Amino acid sequence: MHILPYLVAAYVFVTGCYGLATSRNLIHAVGCLAVCQSATYVLLLAVGYRDGATAPVFSDIAPGSRPVVDPVVQALTLTDIVVGATVTALLLALVLQIAKRHGTVDPDELRELRG
Amino acid sequence: MHHLIPLLVAVPLLGAALLVATGRVLPRIAAEITGFVVSGGTAALAVVLLLNSEPPMVEWIGGWLPVGGESVGILVVGDGPALGMATAVSLLTLAALAYAWRYFDEPLGGHSGAFTALMLVFQGAMCGFAIAGDLFNAFVFFELMSVVAYALTGYRIDEAKAVQGALTFGVVNSLGAYAMLMGIALLYARTGELAMTKIGRGLDATGHGGPDALVLASFVLVLTGLLVKAAAVPFHFWLPDAHAVAPTPVCMLLSGVMVELGAYGVWRVYGTVFAGPGGIPAADLTRALVTLGTLTAAIGAVMCWYQRHIKRLLAYSTVAHTGLFLVGLGILTPEGDDGVALYILGHAGVKAALFACAGVLLDRFGSVDEHALHGQARRLRATGVMFAVGALGLAGLPPFGTALGKSVTEEAVGGPLTLVFVAASAITAGAVLRVTARVFLGLGPRPEDAEYETSGSDEEPETSGLLSRIPDTMTTVPAVLLAAAFAAGVAPGFGAVVARSVNEAGSGGAHVFVHWTLTGVLLGVASSVLAVALAGLAVTRPGWTAAPGWAAPLRRLQSGHVGDYVAWLLMGATVLGALALPGVLGS
Repeated sequence: MHILPYLVAAYVFVTGCYGLATSRNLIHAVGCLAVCQSATYVLLLAVGYRDGATAPVFSDIAPGSRPVVDPVVQALTLTDIVVGATVTALLLALVLQIAKRHGTVDPDELRELRG
Repeated sequence: MHHLIPLLVAVPLLGAALLVATGRVLPRIAAEITGFVVSGGTAALAVVLLLNSEPPMVEWIGGWLPVGGESVGILVVGDGPALGMATAVSLLTLAALAYAWRYFDEPLGGHSGAFTALMLVFQGAMCGFAIAGDLFNAFVFFELMSVVAYALTGYRIDEAKAVQGALTFGVVNSLGAYAMLMGIALLYARTGELAMTKIGRGLDATGHGGPDALVLASFVLVLTGLLVKAAAVPFHFWLPDAHAVAPTPVCMLLSGVMVELGAYGVWRVYGTVFAGPGGIPAADLTRALVTLGTLTAAIGAVMCWYQRHIKRLLAYSTVAHTGLFLVGLGILTPEGDDGVALYILGHAGVKAALFACAGVLLDRFGSVDEHALHGQARRLRATGVMFAVGALGLAGLPPFGTALGKSVTEEAVGGPLTLVFVAASAITAGAVLRVTARVFLGLGPRPEDAEYETSGSDEEPETSGLLSRIPDTMTTVPAVLLAAAFAAGVAPGFGAVVARSVNEAGSGGAHVFVHWTLTGVLLGVASSVLAVALAGLAVTRPGWTAAPGWAAPLRRLQSGHVGDYVAWLLMGATVLGALALPGVLGS
């Protein structure tokens, strides 16, 4: 078992969080959220990896003839990507409306809801 | 019968697809009736399934049954709590749709079915989360209900506050969901399973006598996601911002059931995944949930008291009550689970009714500001009475369903924690009674404005222009909801039925007899009296109950800045890990 992919996943997640916490632009913040989500892709694919294994496609190899990587996590990653596309699209649409209604996309200047 | 469980998700989703496809040509009335039929049909199905949920049902979707104990199929469970939550979700969606009848007079972009379709997707997603039997589908439905909730919160896209609240809600909740997915991936790495019960067994088999760092990490990550949804301190900052700006029918669902689904998720995931010897020891979960729950109840109650924006005030009262739910679940006794289940049901009715009344104010006066509306709503007698009754329900005045749930939970937690229950419910109910006295009765002097707060003036009414007359649906719906919350407490045997189905699913059949006790009734009456006293004091002596100096830093934390909320989320995850650490070190 390699530890590196897990460290990469944790690093990517924390980097995205850092970007979110310090963001000065909401479009950048939505991008940072997508970075956090990329960490989940890395982690899921790392979980399913096997040394010397091939893609889990059985059109040209006989089942059981050689090891394949875990297809479940790949299905999960695909679903995750679909979820991520929806979230990013919706949040960017909201940022667009914020830019129109507030005239700014800097979270430091959005101070209507507080207290 | 169990083959019908997936329909709880499929029917609302198909109904929504139908509305989206035909919404542009369909007249508005046809779109809304379709929404009623689909939502009501799902509710009826949920009730029928709930009545047949003994013994608990399990369904592998599409007939992908396990072979030799291994399965790649999708599992849904139909036990009492799952179907009970699905029923509560469906009935409340039906109520919200009825309330929204003739509500938004200009359909968005000429699409008459848009709002109804979104509400149906929301219903389907919440039902899906309730019945999900494997963690990955729980995540998918968690994200689906979150995304629809962001869209519904920002439904009035021309309003500056609405889109800002929706974005904050979106960023914080999605980040929580991704943390949860990281945790699920770690659990899959350890056990090779996604079904919750099988992960639990896998952890016990590979645990070698106790949890290790990986189990702790996955526990913290999964619980972070669920507690963000449940709005536990310090993950709660998104909730007041979102609830203050969302359209009123949406608030009814957000506060009434969606936040509670987070607490339900904590109960379900801990009970089936982490409760075994390879998971997190019970003492650690109790420490984590009771600490965070008490903190949540305290901060929610204090912040609730100092609000003047009525919808924000109700949102903080939801925060305070979720704290109480987490304390009740955290002590891990069958009595605590039963009490919380009853409390959640009663709270859903009461809180949705209160939001519905706040919506009447918004559409009649274009404001939900306690100070600006001082004495304005004297003529809305029915709404005022319902607001006061709702406040007493919130305080837990017997025989409301909230009172029964609260008294059972109080008996279960015992000791000084009982005081937390009495205080949090009395303060939040006192704040609502104070609003009633000022807005509907015009009592007391008009209070002075504070420096750092969100006022509720200059809000756009959600109907086309201000209403001169309140439609019957907008007064009938809160009345029915309050009646339901009342009936949950007085209907003979209701508590026992809820308790039996919760225990059957959660505590291995350790049946508990749930009933009114003298102590519980007295504590409920004490909370109500305290609430009335607090409200009276606030109205007659505004100076005494104005925000003291120590509350100001607490209010500054709610900065409306999404970056701050993300930093709090990370800190909360760290605290959660620290609270659960001793059990891992000790094993």
